[in-house]
Amino acid sequence: MRLVKITERLLAAIPLMLGVAIIVFLFMRMTPGDPVDIMMGQSGAVTAGEIERLRSEFNLDKPLHEQLLLFLGGVARGDLGNSFQRQQPVTRLIAERLPATIELALGALIFGLLVAFPIGVISAVKQNSAIDRLSMAGAFLGISMPSFWLGILLIMLFSVNLKWLPVQGRIGSDIQLQVVTGFYTIDSILTGNWPAFISSLRHLILPSITLGAAVAAIIARVLRSSLLEILRSDYVKLARAKGASETRTVMKHALRNAMIPTVTVLGLQVGVLLGGNMIVEAVFGWPGLGRLVVDAIFNRDFPLVQGAVMVYALTFILANLIVDVLYTYLNPKIEM
Amino acid sequence: MATTTAQTDATWRYTWGIRWRLWRRNSGEFWRDLKKHPAAIIGGVVIILYVLAAIFAPQITWHNPELGNLRNRLLPPVWMEGGSWDFPLGADAQGRDIYTRVVYGARVSLAVGVLAVGISVIVGVALGALAGYSRGSVDDVISRFADLLMAFPFLIFAIGMMAFLGPGFTNLILALTFKGWVEFFRLARGEIISEKTREYVEAARVTGRKHWQIIVHEMLPNIVQSIFVLTTLRMGFMIVTEASLSFLGLGIQPPTPAWGSMVAEGRNYLLNAWWVSTMPGLAIVGLVLAINVFGEGLRDILDPRLKIE
Amino acid sequence: MKSDASPILELRNVTTLFPTRRGDVRAVDAVNLALYPGQILGLVGESGCGKSTVLLSILGLIASPGRIDAGEILFDGRDLSKLPTSELRKIRGKEIAMIFQDPLSTLNPVFTVGEQIRESLRLHNMIGGGRLWPFDRARTAREKQRVLEVMAEVGIPAPEARYRAYPHQFSGGMQQRALIAIGLACNPKVLLADEPTTALDVTIQAQIVALMQRINREHGTGIILVTHDLGLAAEFCDHIAVMYAGRIVEIGRTDDVIERPQHPYTEGLLRCIPDIGRRRPIEPIMGNVPDLADLGPGCAFAPRCPVAQPICTHSFFRLQPVSGEESDAAAQRSGEVHMARCLRLTNYILPDASAQTNGGVP
Repeated sequence: MRLVKITERLLAAIPLMLGVAIIVFLFMRMTPGDPVDIMMGQSGAVTAGEIERLRSEFNLDKPLHEQLLLFLGGVARGDLGNSFQRQQPVTRLIAERLPATIELALGALIFGLLVAFPIGVISAVKQNSAIDRLSMAGAFLGISMPSFWLGILLIMLFSVNLKWLPVQGRIGSDIQLQVVTGFYTIDSILTGNWPAFISSLRHLILPSITLGAAVAAIIARVLRSSLLEILRSDYVKLARAKGASETRTVMKHALRNAMIPTVTVLGLQVGVLLGGNMIVEAVFGWPGLGRLVVDAIFNRDFPLVQGAVMVYALTFILANLIVDVLYTYLNPKIEM
Repeated sequence: MATTTAQTDATWRYTWGIRWRLWRRNSGEFWRDLKKHPAAIIGGVVIILYVLAAIFAPQITWHNPELGNLRNRLLPPVWMEGGSWDFPLGADAQGRDIYTRVVYGARVSLAVGVLAVGISVIVGVALGALAGYSRGSVDDVISRFADLLMAFPFLIFAIGMMAFLGPGFTNLILALTFKGWVEFFRLARGEIISEKTREYVEAARVTGRKHWQIIVHEMLPNIVQSIFVLTTLRMGFMIVTEASLSFLGLGIQPPTPAWGSMVAEGRNYLLNAWWVSTMPGLAIVGLVLAINVFGEGLRDILDPRLKIE
Repeated sequence: MKSDASPILELRNVTTLFPTRRGDVRAVDAVNLALYPGQILGLVGESGCGKSTVLLSILGLIASPGRIDAGEILFDGRDLSKLPTSELRKIRGKEIAMIFQDPLSTLNPVFTVGEQIRESLRLHNMIGGGRLWPFDRARTAREKQRVLEVMAEVGIPAPEARYRAYPHQFSGGMQQRALIAIGLACNPKVLLADEPTTALDVTIQAQIVALMQRINREHGTGIILVTHDLGLAAEFCDHIAVMYAGRIVEIGRTDDVIERPQHPYTEGLLRCIPDIGRRRPIEPIMGNVPDLADLGPGCAFAPRCPVAQPICTHSFFRLQPVSGEESDAAAQRSGEVHMARCLRLTNYILPDASAQTNGGVP
């Protein structure tokens, strides 16, 4: 039953991905003027032959519908074209940078959940207490604070003044690490390289907090409000009447139900994690996909930007698929 | 036929009479409820202060926001050693008064927030009402397109669009609204669909009202509160997004003072001039916090079941 | 009832308060009740008169800031209102179980029905062994056996298949049976039933009532049935206590209360019961349950009472024996002595007493 449901969702994602590819394709056509002219703009003198070569490389010399089909065909084969600036396949450039971005997003997610769960639960159980009010005020601040500014404040406090944590990068420049998966923390464990592990972890802390703060704030609020509602429900009353302890009532009966709306909101937060990634990578000099894109934008490397936006969107769709699957496991009513 | 028109006319006067009285009562209730949310009142006052500062920026500042004197480079704020009242919040790397730039920056943020959200509301509600009322293929097409836009994280989409459109104020508004209308579309569509099942719509049909009249005069007044709440809450989000784009250098271009780009400029001086980044950042947080607090209060009062995250 | 047996559950002057901005609300006001083993006691009244609060007070489940302000709740020689929560938990569900009104919202939607019945067993360690190790499969299997037994007993067909089903896959009647199974799993001495049939169809109601009667007979489980339906209580209970605005206004053997109601509120409730045989019109009680936050000093029912005297609104009446004879407190609490709280039972000489005593009864 569940498998059918999951397959259904997977199939439903296919037209969505196709649509995403079309929109990304249209992006390039939104540029005022000819993309090749703009790309060539800063490199100065080029021959007409060179421009012609580029135009045919990007298929700009063909009719629009043909261009679209060629583009979609490429996407289906996993070919997103060549980077204009680096003369390398876009897919390879993205694949190189993706692990860093995902590592950061996961770090932020873990931080966010680790903070949000205790705060959400305690605030709900001790509603209107000092700790509840303080946490919710903090959550409000977390939602209203732009991540780039939070990151700068954290750097000023922990890196510049206290000198506890590094200002930027993924790992100390003096440390050698054999890259296996591209996730430095995992690689250092796999190769048993403790100094590298400590260093990469220290580098991960501030960016994760910066990126995860908004997620923590939002999840804590959702968790609290849904728990508050659930703690007044009849089935929680029944759990108490059965003789369950308060801890068991909250942690088993109430929390399990509160997970359902929380997971839904978490799915939406993946978008915040991905988008915020770009900002946080810029603040902390994190060599991930976001940095690559921002650089590509300033270098007018359109194929690279196009490919990266597409990969972000596909990651977002994929993450929401995972959330959907999680949701069917959490909510037995979905099964029917 | 004449009687029908007369009847319709009477119904009009009747329904609008009721609506007027309801509105009067509701607004009385609204102010009373608002008093129970002191945080929302503070938020509202702070928003008004920002708006006033933006409008009267030339009157309350005494420096040129875009031109500085390098002699005043990185001057500290007034309460620190070496600071002066001439530069209350210090000066940036080009010797420009940070206070002046922060005040002028409010113009950019508020203009972008109001325009981007305003256009999003108009487009989103119009399409949402159309889709929700007519259903069928119109609904299918618009909804599929909205779903498609939902598949992009907001900031990624805006960054992607800015990359191809190029920076600038108009392009910024375009990039923010191109996806911004979707939230309002979804809200309006859902509300219209649920309103459509209610009896008063059927009653209006029977009295011979036209479709657009039913939507505009009968249904929209009933969903306007939810839309208003969402508008407020999205405003803060748009302002943060604009600041983020400007921070990356993709939004408002220097030397025009925008808070995001000001924070970015100050990054190089964290060690010796912390105020350059900190002051514009504080301005963003103050405004966005005020808007969010106000929006939350508004939601509690007007539409407690609306859940937006 | 044997007068020498001792009550299994006894409430003495229990008062439950809810502090509000307009002052304390006495949702339960000096209530005396006694339940003997194997007896069924009905607690009747309109919604909002404190019946459910009595049940929640017994189990110590009054939601904060509400609290039991005074009185004793004696169970097995212990005062439940003074027990620490940790001790109270050992009684909840095991000795005294509760059945709630709306079965769908009372069953936890994310756990299977079997799991929820089994939890009662596990919480009270009913099937011994391996307390420290929660994943003891053999023990779980033994518990499951017991759950299947209970499910069969409450009349859930094909328990083996239903064990794994979720609440929303059950019909309303089945959900209520599952709820009763949760209550029965540990063989409690007392079952507190809060409007157990209100949310159900009439035909299902009859089945559930029959089931509870069978449980009462076969296991000797004492039952307190809270209901707004005096007809149901009349059919089902040994004694009936009628509550109004947090107070008991009449208590007695079912026959006494039904045949010879003494309080005008009881009379009013009786007139609300449709009677198919006689086809007389239903006479509703006019007005609404008063706001407990601003009760006057006198009889709370006076504003709605057809036979109220001016004195009723400002003087307080005790609950007193209808016969006027002295009797011991224990018998009074159990309902063995017919008692009511009304001006008509006092010695006041009314201006036109003869005309008023019969009230509006035809």
